[in-house]
Amino acid sequence: MLFTSWDFALFIAVLVPVYYLVPKRLQQPVLLLANVVFYAFAGLFAFVLLFATGLSVYLFAIGIGKTWTTQESVLLEHKGEWDKAKRKTFRESMEKKRRILTAVCLILHFGILAAMKYGSGLIGITNTLFGTGFSGAGLVLTMGASFYTFSAMGYVIDVQRGKYPAEKNPLRVLLYTSFFPILVQGPISRFDRLGETLFKTHSFQWDHLEAGLIRVLWGYAKKLLVADRLLVAVKQLIRYPETYNGAFVLVGMLLYAATLYADFTGGIDITIGIGKMLGITIDENFNRPYFSKNIAEYWRRWHMTLGAWFKEYVYYPVSVSKLLRRLTKAARRFGDGFARRIPVYIATMAVWAVTGMWHGNSWNFLVWGLMNGAILLISEELSPLYKKFHARFPGLSRNWFYRAFTVIRTVLLMSSLRMFDCYATVPETFRSFGSMFTTWNLPLLWRGGIASLGLSAADYAVAGAGIITMFVVSLIQRKGALTPRLLGKKLGIRLLIYGTLLAVILVFGYYGFGFDAGQFIYNRF
Amino acid sequence: MKKQSLKTILCCLAALLVFCAGFCLVQRLVMPKYQERTPEGSLTAEYYREKLNHDVLLIGDCEVFSNVSPVTLYNEYGIASYIRGSAQQLVWHSYYLLEDALRTEKPKVVIYNVLALKYGEPQSEAYNRMTIDGMRWGKAKAGAIKASILPEEDVVSYVFPLFRFHSRWSELTEEDWKYFFREGTVSHNGYLMRTDIRPATKTPTPAPLLDPHLPASSMEWLERMYELCEKNDVRLILLKSPSIEPYWYEEWDKDVRAFADAHGILYWNTLQVNDEIGIDYSTDTCDMGQHLNVYGAEKLSLWLGKKLQETNEIPDRRTDETYVSVWAEKTERYEREKASSDAERES
Amino acid sequence: METLLDILSELHPDVDFSKEQNLVERGILGSFDIVMLVTRIEEEFDTVIPARLITPDTFRSAEALYSVIQSLEDND
Repeated sequence: MLFTSWDFALFIAVLVPVYYLVPKRLQQPVLLLANVVFYAFAGLFAFVLLFATGLSVYLFAIGIGKTWTTQESVLLEHKGEWDKAKRKTFRESMEKKRRILTAVCLILHFGILAAMKYGSGLIGITNTLFGTGFSGAGLVLTMGASFYTFSAMGYVIDVQRGKYPAEKNPLRVLLYTSFFPILVQGPISRFDRLGETLFKTHSFQWDHLEAGLIRVLWGYAKKLLVADRLLVAVKQLIRYPETYNGAFVLVGMLLYAATLYADFTGGIDITIGIGKMLGITIDENFNRPYFSKNIAEYWRRWHMTLGAWFKEYVYYPVSVSKLLRRLTKAARRFGDGFARRIPVYIATMAVWAVTGMWHGNSWNFLVWGLMNGAILLISEELSPLYKKFHARFPGLSRNWFYRAFTVIRTVLLMSSLRMFDCYATVPETFRSFGSMFTTWNLPLLWRGGIASLGLSAADYAVAGAGIITMFVVSLIQRKGALTPRLLGKKLGIRLLIYGTLLAVILVFGYYGFGFDAGQFIYNRF
Repeated sequence: MKKQSLKTILCCLAALLVFCAGFCLVQRLVMPKYQERTPEGSLTAEYYREKLNHDVLLIGDCEVFSNVSPVTLYNEYGIASYIRGSAQQLVWHSYYLLEDALRTEKPKVVIYNVLALKYGEPQSEAYNRMTIDGMRWGKAKAGAIKASILPEEDVVSYVFPLFRFHSRWSELTEEDWKYFFREGTVSHNGYLMRTDIRPATKTPTPAPLLDPHLPASSMEWLERMYELCEKNDVRLILLKSPSIEPYWYEEWDKDVRAFADAHGILYWNTLQVNDEIGIDYSTDTCDMGQHLNVYGAEKLSLWLGKKLQETNEIPDRRTDETYVSVWAEKTERYEREKASSDAERES
Repeated sequence: METLLDILSELHPDVDFSKEQNLVERGILGSFDIVMLVTRIEEEFDTVIPARLITPDTFRSAEALYSVIQSLEDND
């Protein structure tokens, strides 16, 4: 079920009243049933896999959790009896058990995910190398698998680390792994944080419903007014890279930046809004990312839950791993500065390689990830220079123009990197990027170039107005979240805002049959 | 407290009302008006403006709304008729338009033009829209939507056409404003007049037929149409209207003939009696033999009226007071349009 | 504690670590700094901070970090 479908609208329109009308103890079963219905649309295999994953994760966590409870009770039983060394050996034996269980669980679930994500690619490579004829047709990534696998593995690792005990109620674990709003495009959610509201019962509150609805509406506005519309032009630009080079690449970069932002944050707005309507708090995934002053800050503000996940479960564990520590010690003879950098460098590049692979299954994404890592490391190395620079020109960092410059620089840098996301191959990406500096065709843009991308002047006007609105809303959000302030306004004003927004989406949205009204006018007879 | 919540509810209701009103107005604005461009889109809706009943209904695709002139039928034979046809009106469209018409009137005879039987599947969204959007709400419209929609269409946009036509906001023309409140009358009892002449220069050679039979689904709908007529005590007659193109195959003719014989109904294939009707494809067609112009339509109507009188007892409405003035007005408009187009063509 | 403060000011000479209470939230310590710190702590204290303890809470202030290091030393 897509967010932008009548099925989904109907689904929500039925779910919300049912959810609040049933006895409280049935709220969670109703929600689980909703997940079942929602995901039943994704196909049998996807459906079975999702719920099998939930069940498997539940069992693994129970097993891992048990080692903690056994450890505690045994240690308590032999308190004062065992000496320190014996206690330590026992603790270590339990830790080993935990690690093995966790490792099996991670390998199993990431293995399934990897098979779906890279299986067909790997089979293709095998076929070319060895002339075999395996078919990878069945290996398709099911909806939301990247998101729910990561969420679920976070839960297992947390239990292994003893952050919180394993959940005894299997329905809760199933509810968590299959929670439908976050299946579409995340955010990757933590068991403890989502559980705070997901596992509670909720009484109907008008404020929650209204706040949720307006958030959903705002999400649809971003998607239907800006993202889906501009996507047409972006697709056209990417399809013919030979034709659309030079200045068109820059246009494509900027259009894609707007499209991706509107699409992704819009989808998350819908997700969070639906959670809110049900009284459930879903973590934010964006914090006005295009206002970041540098790329490190950008990655703390864009797709925040993914970044946090990788930091917590990959970056830090890798950087303190035995292997890296040994490597660091061995490297001391080349100087402390060099040795101390080893964990940071290797962990950073490892995280970004994995992040790249998470985003897609072509080499483009690996290169994209590694370049992100490299730029982060370079800017980190340059930070003493920056500090000196700012020490010489104090006040510069408070200068409005300088701040705008850093923000624009970051957006351009991120947009350039994102070209790997667009073009089919790595060489093609570099070629297109290079053509921006070698091919001078700026005048072509307004001599029909822009008009040839499949959008009309009216479309650009709507998208432009949408982008300006998003920008203004972001500026307002600097002073804190918008919804509470909106809810404080008079009813008449609120209704006017909602009505206008809905009307604008319905009329100017890029949806429905025949966006191109021209196709409707055909020859007589 | 109570007063406060009452105020809130009233405020919400008022807002809802304003929103719905705005929705309806915008929907009305963006829906195609089908007045100057593609007037055949207006045909379905125009039927509901009729005040008098009809003794004969003609149902089918462009081969009825281009080829038969009800004004001629009335003036020559006193037959009060109406054409419920629209562009590429498929057989299930026709079935439901008939069901819809039978809600409010009981004609003596229904003539169905058989050309569209060759389509057993929904064809085009645009034609679906033009046939169905103009229908009044009821069981028949719901049935027509269900039978017609293509996989990429959705029912919701038939209920609220705004969802289909909203993208026209940037292409609104003067036509959309001019006919915002009221549309003009484009047809003469469902007949769209063409006065131009584009002679047929050659007879097309038909492509070999892959399937020697008309689609089974079409024939099922025809069967349903027959049953509907039986139930309502209406006589069904099948007609193949004159044309050179699209080609009407021998095999199809056999299927229709077999159906007519099996059900004991009349089937008039005008292609076989062209000498009797006198269609001359060098003067009587507006598009090289696909459709007749007004001269051809009048010839066909003369023949058709005679056949109807021979085979049925149809009252002569030329002596009926209630009909006379109404049809005089129709005739006057018909002649005016015919004359003005003639003059335009000659100048 | 002195050693720890020295390590910290090595990383950011311009910050007074004995006073700051929100090092992570205020963005003074980024993920690079944290890994650097862990490496330096291992060098100086011979204590490895395990991944599960690398949380914003551990690094929120010099004091908090020091108490974590001490509890790890005790456990050995």
